[in-house]
Amino acid sequence: MSPPVYDVLIIGAGIVGAACAAACAREKLRVGIVEAEMIGGGATAAGMGHLVVMDDSEAQFALTHYSRTLWRELAAKLPGDVEYDPCGTIWVAADDDEMRAVTEKKQFYESRGSRAEILDSRSLRSAEPHLREGLPGGLLVPEDAVIYAPCAARFLTEQAQSRGAQLHLPSVVTEMTSEGVRLNNGSTLTSRFTVLAGGAWSSTLLPGLAVRKRKGHLVITDRYPGFVRHQLVELGYLKSAHSTTEDSVAFNVQPRKTGQLLIGSSRQYDAEDSAIDHAILTRMIARVQEFIPDLGRFSAVRSWTGFRPATPDKLPLIGPAPGRENLFLATGHEGLGITTSLATAELLMDQLLGRESKIPIAPYLPNRVCEGVHA
Amino acid sequence: MPKALSIRVNGARLSVPPGTTVLAAILSAGASTVRRSVSGEPRGPLCAMGICFECRATVNHERHARTCQLLCAPEMDVRTDD
Repeated sequence: MSPPVYDVLIIGAGIVGAACAAACAREKLRVGIVEAEMIGGGATAAGMGHLVVMDDSEAQFALTHYSRTLWRELAAKLPGDVEYDPCGTIWVAADDDEMRAVTEKKQFYESRGSRAEILDSRSLRSAEPHLREGLPGGLLVPEDAVIYAPCAARFLTEQAQSRGAQLHLPSVVTEMTSEGVRLNNGSTLTSRFTVLAGGAWSSTLLPGLAVRKRKGHLVITDRYPGFVRHQLVELGYLKSAHSTTEDSVAFNVQPRKTGQLLIGSSRQYDAEDSAIDHAILTRMIARVQEFIPDLGRFSAVRSWTGFRPATPDKLPLIGPAPGRENLFLATGHEGLGITTSLATAELLMDQLLGRESKIPIAPYLPNRVCEGVHA
Repeated sequence: MPKALSIRVNGARLSVPPGTTVLAAILSAGASTVRRSVSGEPRGPLCAMGICFECRATVNHERHARTCQLLCAPEMDVRTDD
């Protein structure tokens, strides 16, 4: 039998697959990338592109913090169309209870090496004059940033290609075997390892995988430069992200380099239809206007939906697929795949090469939520 | 004949008959570039019926007003080329 064509074959050229390809190519592995439609065309294109450190759990903090550090190191190399904007995040408290949580959040971040600064009511108003009056304050995380993620996925893919990676586009994988993949044109690609980075579509190739689609809506406005200066998120965001059954909305607004405002967010399980759901879109906009009343005067130019790949415990699946030979997973990043893509690639690489990782990998290993999965 | 309205286009006083669209006022004031694209290219009106969004200008400090769909009002302040 002839040796495999690739050392690593990556299925999916979203931001996670692209980051894995770039990392593997950097380590001089022979890399193949198989993408069915377009580079960065799934959740990568649909999402907000935030590079944000989150504190839902120690494991989530560790991964987002590690990954944000990698983005900050990469920032100077990113081409202009990636629109890296180190605008920082302000977590906005809606009431005094949430303001008390701000103090805890600051301690959590700072004791783990991420800068964070408490804003009182007045300093919040001066940082963001269009937030409604009477908000008690918030937490500024100055090292967070936003990017235009589809261009980042393209950049990472090109980086991999410049180091010899082969891009198979468009190519649809119909089956994953222990020797590689079968494509829908009947041909096969052989590899030592296959990495499934299919985002919300991962379960199509691996039925039974604990990754569900979680639908979201976004709106983008016309250009209003300077209206909002930081990424703004309500402190109650995690409450929305946490609900595992109910539809939920949360206030999340980003300034884009064009002066446009990107407005989110909504979360819905079991909504397979990509059409706009006007009821939840209306709820989402109303939530945003509770924080920024003036936003109602602006023109929205487009709204769209996308699907986050959600896991039961809100952490991604990075590592060997249980019960499968030579198959690794790099999926299930929910709404944090842009942030966590670069660290995911490092953790995956470390496992492929048998190296120690910079952070403990156990919380992300797929065997915690998946028993054997069979195609 | 109804009384003319006085508005300002890029700071210059202009008198227009009631019922004049802001776009018509901009054109009669001699401005050819109504707005700038995201990359700075000049843009002017195309459809004049509210569909193409090329005639957007800043009206009373509100950006991106579709001027072909907006009638002049007394003392309106219109800025083009933003």
